[in-house]
Amino acid sequence: MTDKTMTPEDVVSRLRSEMTLGIGGWGSRRKPMALVRALLRSELTDLTVVSYGGPDVGMLAAAGKIRKLVAAFVTLDSIPLEPHFRAARQSGAFELMEVDEAMFMWGLHAAANRLPFIPVRAGIGSDVMRVNPGLRTVTSPYEDEATGIRETFVAMPALRMDAALVHVNRADRSGNGQYLGPDPYFDDLFCEAADHAYVSCERLVDRFDDAVPQTLLVNRHSVTGVVETPNGAHFTSCVPDHDRDEPFQKLYASTPWPEFAERFLYGDEKAYQSAVQAWHEERR
Amino acid sequence: MSPATNTVTRTPLLPPTRAEYCVIACAEAWRDNGEVLASPMGAVPSVGARLARRTFAPELLLTDGEAMLVGPDGSPEGWLPYRRHLTMVTGGRRHVMMGASQIDRFGNQNISCIGDWERPTRQLLGVRGAPVNTLNNPTSYWIPRHSTRVFVEKVDMVCGVGYDRVAEHPGAARFHRIPRVVSDLGVFDFATPDHSMRLASLHPGVTVEEVREATGFELTIPDEVPSTREPSPAELELIREVIDPQGLRDREVKG
Repeated sequence: MTDKTMTPEDVVSRLRSEMTLGIGGWGSRRKPMALVRALLRSELTDLTVVSYGGPDVGMLAAAGKIRKLVAAFVTLDSIPLEPHFRAARQSGAFELMEVDEAMFMWGLHAAANRLPFIPVRAGIGSDVMRVNPGLRTVTSPYEDEATGIRETFVAMPALRMDAALVHVNRADRSGNGQYLGPDPYFDDLFCEAADHAYVSCERLVDRFDDAVPQTLLVNRHSVTGVVETPNGAHFTSCVPDHDRDEPFQKLYASTPWPEFAERFLYGDEKAYQSAVQAWHEERR
Repeated sequence: MSPATNTVTRTPLLPPTRAEYCVIACAEAWRDNGEVLASPMGAVPSVGARLARRTFAPELLLTDGEAMLVGPDGSPEGWLPYRRHLTMVTGGRRHVMMGASQIDRFGNQNISCIGDWERPTRQLLGVRGAPVNTLNNPTSYWIPRHSTRVFVEKVDMVCGVGYDRVAEHPGAARFHRIPRVVSDLGVFDFATPDHSMRLASLHPGVTVEEVREATGFELTIPDEVPSTREPSPAELELIREVIDPQGLRDREVKG
C-alpha cells in the first residue's frame, strides 16, 4: 500500500497561488489549522477559498492570502463574528460568492458527483441571486401533481476544487480517515469534490480494527496525502481529542493580527504549539 | 412529597419578568406543530422551546446544539449532523426561530451585512441558512431589542425571504410561512390581506405607542390588541428552577 504520509510543508509545496482550496470542518470546529498555518508561512497567494468559514478564513484573510471566498458564513461559534473576516470585508479585500448553507452543500455534492449543477429551492427570492449575478435558474421538466406548476429552482453550480484540506481524529498511512466526534460535517464531500485532498489527523494508526463502521468517513481513493498533526485543529474543537481552546480563541479574536502573528506564527507548527503552551502557562 | 407540604413550604412566586413573557411568546410558536424539530436561536427562544417540549408540545424534537437529538433530560434519542439537519429543513419537518439584524414589513430578514453588500459598513454573519429555511420550513424570528434599527422599511440584504418577495415565485412559495415575530415588546404576525406585519399581542406593561415609536415602518394595529398570555405558576417554576436557573433569559432581555 502506498504510504501517503507527508509534512504540512510537503502539502503546501504541492499547492500553487491562484488555486481553489476547500477547507473542511464547520465554523470553529475540526478545522485543519496546522495546514492553514503552513499556508500562512508560505508564499502562496490569490487563493479562492471554499469553506463553512471559521478562523481558517479569518487568518487567511488577515494574512492577505484570499482573492475570492465562497461561503455562507464565517464565525467562531462562541464568538459569533470573526473579526478578521469582518475587517477584510469592510475594506473590500476580496471577492465574495455568498451562498446559503444548503446551496453550498449541494455545490459540493454536484462537484463530487461530476454534475455541472444541482437544482435547489434555496436562494429563490433572496438577495443571494442579486449578489451572485452568475447564478442561473432551471425550470422543472415535471409538473407538480397538485398545483400543475413547473417550479423554478436555482441551478447551484458544482464547487469543484483543486485541493481540499480536512482534519480528522485518526488516519492511516494510506489515507483512510476516521472522525470520532458527533458530526462528520462535510469532510468526505470536500475530499471527493477536489482533485487532491490532504488529510491531517490527531494521530496516525496502523489499523482500524475496533472502529465503529460509520466513523470511517474519508476513504483513501479520494486522498493524496496524510499528515500527522497532534493538536492540529487548535484552537478549534476536535472532540474527543480536544475541545475548543476558548481562552485562546478569545485572545485570537481580541489581539491585533500583526501582534498575534508575531507571537504565535513566527515559526513552524512545533513552535506554534510551544508558544500556545507557554501562553497558557503564563496565565496560570 | 404530599401536596399539603408543597403548599406550606413554597414561597410566593415573584411576578413574571419581561424576559419570561418573551419565553412564553416564543414557546407558543411551537404549539400544535406536531413531531417537528424546534430550532431556537438565542437564549429566550431556547428556553421557550424547552418549555414547550416539557409542557404542551411533548412531541417536539430538540437538539443539544451539536449533532444529537435529545430528550428533556439531555439523553440522546437520535443523530442529526448538519447534513441530516439540512434534509430536515428541506423536508419541512422543522420550525426555526432565527434572529434578525434587520426585518421589514413583509418579513424579509437580514443577518448578512449592513450597508452596501460590495463593501459593507458592518459585516455580520453572512446569509447562513436563512434562504433555505424560509423557502422550506416555517421560520419565526426573535428580536431581543425592538428598535427602528431592526424594524426597518427595507433591509440591506434579503437573507430570509419575506411574503412580498416570495409572491413573485409561486412555485417556491408553497412551503413559505413566517408564523410569528417575537420581540421584547410584543408578538407580531402577517395575518393581513397583503401579508404585511401586524401587532398580534403586547407584552404586559408595553403600550401600542411604544411599539409604534420603535418600529421603522407602518404596522397594522388592530382596534383591540390582546396581551401576551400569562405564564402559569408551573411554567414559571420550570423556567426559573429547571430550564434556566442561570438566568440566561435575563441577559438577553432586561427588566
